[in-house]
Amino acid sequence: MTGFMAHLRHNGFAVGPCETELVLSTLAANEFPNVSVARLGLKTMLSGDRVQWSRFDELFDAYWFKRGLRLAERAPAKDSFRSHRTRPELWDKVLPPEEGSASPSRIERGPGEAEGPDGTSGSGRLIASTQDALMRTDLRTLVSPEDVAEAERIAERLARAMRYRLSRRRMPACRGDTIDLRRTIRRNLSRGGEPIELRRKHRPERPVRLVVLLDVSGSMKVYSRYFLSFVRGLIGQWLQADAFLFHTRLVRVTDVLRERDASRAMGRLSLITEGFGGGTRIAASLKHFNDRYAKEALNSRSVVIVMSDGYDTDPTEALTVELQRLKGRARRLVWLNPLLGWKDYAPVARAMAAALDHIDCFAAAHSLASLAALEEEFVRL
Amino acid sequence: MTFDYKPVQRDLAAAGYIADDALAMALCLTIGLRRPLLLEGEAGVGKTDVAKALAAALKTRLIRLQCYEGLDANATIYEWNYQRQLLAIRAHERDAMPSDAIERHIFSEDYLLRRPLLEAISQPLSPVLLIDEIDRADEEFEAYLLEILSDFQISIPELGTIAARSIPHVILTSNGTRTLSDALRRRCLYSYVDFPDETKELAILHARLPNIDRRLARQIVRFVQMLRREELEKKPGIAETLDWASSLIGLDVRSIHGDATAAAIQASLICLLKTEADLKSMPREVTARLIDKVA
Repeated sequence: MTGFMAHLRHNGFAVGPCETELVLSTLAANEFPNVSVARLGLKTMLSGDRVQWSRFDELFDAYWFKRGLRLAERAPAKDSFRSHRTRPELWDKVLPPEEGSASPSRIERGPGEAEGPDGTSGSGRLIASTQDALMRTDLRTLVSPEDVAEAERIAERLARAMRYRLSRRRMPACRGDTIDLRRTIRRNLSRGGEPIELRRKHRPERPVRLVVLLDVSGSMKVYSRYFLSFVRGLIGQWLQADAFLFHTRLVRVTDVLRERDASRAMGRLSLITEGFGGGTRIAASLKHFNDRYAKEALNSRSVVIVMSDGYDTDPTEALTVELQRLKGRARRLVWLNPLLGWKDYAPVARAMAAALDHIDCFAAAHSLASLAALEEEFVRL
Repeated sequence: MTFDYKPVQRDLAAAGYIADDALAMALCLTIGLRRPLLLEGEAGVGKTDVAKALAAALKTRLIRLQCYEGLDANATIYEWNYQRQLLAIRAHERDAMPSDAIERHIFSEDYLLRRPLLEAISQPLSPVLLIDEIDRADEEFEAYLLEILSDFQISIPELGTIAARSIPHVILTSNGTRTLSDALRRRCLYSYVDFPDETKELAILHARLPNIDRRLARQIVRFVQMLRREELEKKPGIAETLDWASSLIGLDVRSIHGDATAAAIQASLICLLKTEADLKSMPREVTARLIDKVA
């Protein structure tokens, strides 16, 4: 039985020693009339969600009756990707540099600045880095690896700073609009129950839910890597955010981006997004999102961010239909187009022009400064 | 003891609910192992009804907790009757009772409003506790619920800890609008309720509408089964099938074939199709085509 549990764990089931104990005690104390009844019982006890429910029977048969099923491969942590840094960058400030490792990063800090949570300074805005020029450059012009790495890092820190601010929108309840009877009475017990001191309550603002749909097709290739870092920072460890990549089809990458191990994350990402750099089918991908993920991912406080240049091989009407559906479920639809930052760009591509009607905010995303300016958009809900 | 789900299936059928083997096994284990059961599935497949049927089959009370966003732990466990307490304080003003006597008085069982979760653990006979649409409540509530489902005791600061008189049979339902936490999934048994197949839906139709004509029932079920295979925004569930069947009986339709009834059938489609886009995608011609495919 423990072997079977290990087999399930290898296939993505979250079963631990408690489940093993439960199953063993149930099997020991009770009789199941035959194998299929036992399988049904195990399925009920061990599945966690719909996907596991549908796969359980095959896995059961494969293990106990050896019905030739290839086990799902987990993306291995590729050693070739492993960086030669074995400790986080932050430690470099206090410890001497590691032996034999090239330090590609310059740790840039303005004079006398403290690093606040997730890269913000005390004032709450992004720390004034000495890389102002880098912030304003159009990202497609960056060629040197140091600049590229630097820009990626800044993008990620920008996003994390935004996320930190966005997810903290709670207000204290001392000036609330309704009286909290429970706390009032309790507070006034010492006065014989006379409600002398009033306690108020107030509905807390619920945090914004973010859904990011990032175009990784060929036309977006120069920008994708920065956007990926940006999205990675946004998603972070915040449960209320989701990220999807699309080119000719759509995949959900939220869990991959949350991996702490950067090399493993890249490995998994490359497995998922074969076709990175090919043509684009925006409407079909959005349709897939609407059909499969929208119910779970969107609610009345969602902000959907589509990062794409709008070059679509699907018919325009399909795109407008899907955008309409998307808008129906989400609060705000934001479209980020790197081409907008180019001089003399006007959305002449038919798909882009048609989509404009349904979009709440159409903004440029060609440089880090423009990404930073997005925060206003997110805050204004 | 044998874990046989057939008696459970029979009892549910006697209560008017046709359960398939997987669901019956899940309920059997829930009762036997005293673990909560998480039911997932599309809207309208009968997740809520199974709790009602189970309560009828076990001859016990059904206690229902409907979840929504922002559901507070207080609204689910207990609330003091503040208004009454304030009145009592006023009324006792003249009596010059010492304040701790007042406190003991107003924080007694008389002034306690019991909400579903407290209600569920205070029954002499194990009730069925239905926690409906748990995916609509937020994560904080889930964590709190998890704690209660493991210990089955509730602590009220003024009254002390209240242990359960009987452990309720807990059924949670979810529509899949939010992914539930792993901790909750591991605590509960799981069953996925899917749309029924033809035989099962026919059985349900006959169980709920005993006087329906057999041929009409077969036609209705076949039509709805085919409709579910079409590209619809919202697939009709079992409740919709039953509504449609009742409406056809009410409209005095004997058979779905035939031109005379085409108008009535088209009008009655509102029982099955619940969005504008779906209604538009089923004009007369498409309906007629589906009807022709039904034997």
